[in-house]
Amino acid sequence: MTSAVRTRAIVILCVLLLALYGIIGLPKSLDELKSNLQSNIRLGLDLKGGSFLVLEVQVQDAVKAEADRAIESLKEDLRKAGIDYASMDRNDPASVKETDSIQINIKGVPTTKSGDLRSLINSTRYAAWHLASSSPTDYRLNMTPTELIGLKKDTLDQTKQTIEHRINGLGVGETTIQERRRADAEYELVVELPGVDDPGRVKQIMQTAAMLELSDVKGGPYASQDDARAKNGGVLPLDSKLVKSALRGGEGGDSWYLLGRVPVVTGRDVRNARPGRGEMGKWETDFVLSKDGARRFARFTEANVGNRLAIVLDGQVRSAPTIQSRIEDSGRITGAANEQDAADLALVLREGSLPAGITYPEERTVGPSLGADSVRQGIIAGIVGLSAVILTMLVYYKGAGVNAVLALVLNAVILLAVLGYAGAVLTLPGIAGVILTVGMAVDSNVLIFERIREELRAGKGVVAAVDTGFNKAFLTIIDTHVTTVVSCAFLFMFGTGPVKGFAVTLVIGLIANVFTAVFVSRTMFNWHLNRQWQVTRLSI
Amino acid sequence: MEIFRNTNFDFLGYKWPFIAASLVLSTAGLISLVAKGGPRYGIDFRGGTNMFVKFQDPPQIQRIRTALSRRIAGEITVQNVVGGANEALIGTELKSDKELAAARLAMTETLEATFGQPGSGKLDFNNAGRQALVDRLRDPLIRNGVSLSDAEMQELVGRLLDYRDRSRSGLVTSFGDLSTVSGVSAAVLNTLKQECYLAPFNVKSVDIVGPKAGAELRVQAIRATLLALGGMLVYIAFRFEWIYGVAAVVAVFHDTIITIGLFSIFNKEISLTVIAALLTLVGYSMNDTIVVFDRIRENLKILRREKLGSLVNKSINQTLSRTILTSGLTFLTVLALFLFGGEVLHGFSLALVIGIIIGTYSSIFIASPIVVFWQDVSERRKRRGGSPAAAASGQAPRKNPVKAVK
Repeated sequence: MTSAVRTRAIVILCVLLLALYGIIGLPKSLDELKSNLQSNIRLGLDLKGGSFLVLEVQVQDAVKAEADRAIESLKEDLRKAGIDYASMDRNDPASVKETDSIQINIKGVPTTKSGDLRSLINSTRYAAWHLASSSPTDYRLNMTPTELIGLKKDTLDQTKQTIEHRINGLGVGETTIQERRRADAEYELVVELPGVDDPGRVKQIMQTAAMLELSDVKGGPYASQDDARAKNGGVLPLDSKLVKSALRGGEGGDSWYLLGRVPVVTGRDVRNARPGRGEMGKWETDFVLSKDGARRFARFTEANVGNRLAIVLDGQVRSAPTIQSRIEDSGRITGAANEQDAADLALVLREGSLPAGITYPEERTVGPSLGADSVRQGIIAGIVGLSAVILTMLVYYKGAGVNAVLALVLNAVILLAVLGYAGAVLTLPGIAGVILTVGMAVDSNVLIFERIREELRAGKGVVAAVDTGFNKAFLTIIDTHVTTVVSCAFLFMFGTGPVKGFAVTLVIGLIANVFTAVFVSRTMFNWHLNRQWQVTRLSI
Repeated sequence: MEIFRNTNFDFLGYKWPFIAASLVLSTAGLISLVAKGGPRYGIDFRGGTNMFVKFQDPPQIQRIRTALSRRIAGEITVQNVVGGANEALIGTELKSDKELAAARLAMTETLEATFGQPGSGKLDFNNAGRQALVDRLRDPLIRNGVSLSDAEMQELVGRLLDYRDRSRSGLVTSFGDLSTVSGVSAAVLNTLKQECYLAPFNVKSVDIVGPKAGAELRVQAIRATLLALGGMLVYIAFRFEWIYGVAAVVAVFHDTIITIGLFSIFNKEISLTVIAALLTLVGYSMNDTIVVFDRIRENLKILRREKLGSLVNKSINQTLSRTILTSGLTFLTVLALFLFGGEVLHGFSLALVIGIIIGTYSSIFIASPIVVFWQDVSERRKRRGGSPAAAASGQAPRKNPVKAVK
């Protein structure tokens, strides 16, 4: 073995060991080997089973809420400043695309007050809004672009964080939540839930607004809204609102409660919540209030002993118990169907509510049995295909075929190892990339071998033929590989998930192939040629 | 072993029958595409739901369709999976993003109502999730005298589901089979029988894509593919000459059109995985073309006096055994995938089986003739306008169409 060949062999050995380590680690037993393999080569949802959800955050909700807040405080300020107006309302952007069109309309402001209105809006209090007049008495307020961008971004971040917390609290395994980061899908989140084959529960958890309010009960329950009005002299008392009850009324119909308009404490005051078992072993959710909330709650309960208190969740009265004594910092929500319900409610109470609604433009679920089938069928197809390739190469190229097969195997090993090291997942389109890699790896070998044969036919000596064969084929190999890498770069930059997976796998495979088909295969030839003094025949 | 040795086929001489065949194929495909109003997009690209269900017995297509049409508006497709074991694909339309949430529920409920035992109050073991099964079995197990900790409970259910999904492909037909699972005693088996039933089907996958998301995915896939093609054109133009880039891209385009056309004729759906297959085929065909072009470039330097037509012929002949061997081997791999890869890979491997054949011959009969044709045209034009001396000699000095190899 000459020193050049030895150096090359050492390099190859190092790469091989490094690659093997990346795939199977340092296993001490067969079981450990299996588990290492599973943790290093991560399969995508399509092969392993699980749910893939795309969420669109309805950022217009947050923007509308902001506009409502502005309207509330404007009304107050206009009243204080003595500025009359006929009406003030906002438009209703229905989709994410229309978010930026948010607009508050103020109509019928006397022309004499226009200066006052302008100076009020121009104050820092309304810095987020830009005033324009549509007629001498009518005005419109638009949100400034910087404010819009900031608000939408905050909404997205906050939603992502809340959902992350909620899902992690569910304990359904390693989930990922990512932003799409695409120009036309700025407010989309991608949620991947491996092993979850019915995303229904997760969706419900994500969607629950979990708006908790504890309010004083001013009357009820009533059988209907009309009934409530009739029993209160035709009109609802000031500062009160009618809320539907989740509990069934006397004859199984709806029931309604008249509650104070401003809740005593809300979900924001909840410090902790957990499932528990109440009377007769029924599941319930117990919650603890923050210091500030507890103080308010204590003051209220002290003053209202004997009255009733409504626990309102997502706009529905869950229960309306009578206050027995002063309560400081804890409460419970009864009526959970089972432990899971109680735990799920505790979870959303702990993690807070979402700043905006969400919709699901895309949902894909692969059941675990299909994942297992796909992997099994993929392996069978792979073995059959590869055996056919290996057999043909050995029959057609004899000794040189061994080179090709070794190079091919090494290529596959490196490809898997890089996927493992990079933490990438192997998906179905990724397997497509592997197939094309195998195709191009075979092609590289065939190109080289055919070239060597040609040179041998032209009467060149074995050493010279191998040398020329490699050199000439090398240019072709570079051209074909670079072309494919160029196309992969575009696919990666502009493609969606599956297309990206394809591109990544293929690029890794191609780079590995240049190494194995050119460097490794060449080394094996050189080693063979160096073994004898005078090589006159080559098995090719 | 060698198949071809010093062959000398006149490929360019026989180009017309092949070009005619290409024209017929692509025209037929295009006619089919126009007649059917575009390709038959899968739900990835048009929105809709797709459910892959394995049945115990051959699926009753008509019964499924009738049952679903009572709950779900719009077109409902139910088809047998080719080569599948009692498997069916059920597809429904989605007109608006609002129907998304309800779609899955409506489909599973209909299947349960038609084939399951919805009135029994029992849980369908074949379609139950892990947590649902744990919740369902916990109390009854205790009542039947099997006391398990929460962790043991989870493990037992995990083993049951593993058996169902891995050993039985998702469909258990008799509770008795479950007794082979470790930890399943007679009491456990009885509890299972008492709390669950075995529906004769298993939902293997569900895809729901809103119409808006579908349209976005479509635009993106097309844009990425076109940009990738453009990128390759630029690279080849830079390495060879622009006409080579154009010829290669035309050839690849030709392969894609014919494959999409054939998919339309056979009424197969274009899904995201089929797009991945098309991309693979583009890469493969491009590779094939470049190998031939590379040989042409090399020969142009050696055989300076040879006419381009015969030079190209020679180059194709020289690379012929490589072309046949590589295509043959890739074809074998893809064929294995087509035969053994299962339903999920069906569209994917079909596209490649078609694509490899077309991709191989397009390098020889489409890409190469374009280069020769262009060279002929530009030479004739030059002769007409060029110096009479050069024209008279009959051997117009060929403009070397190759830049120095970088």
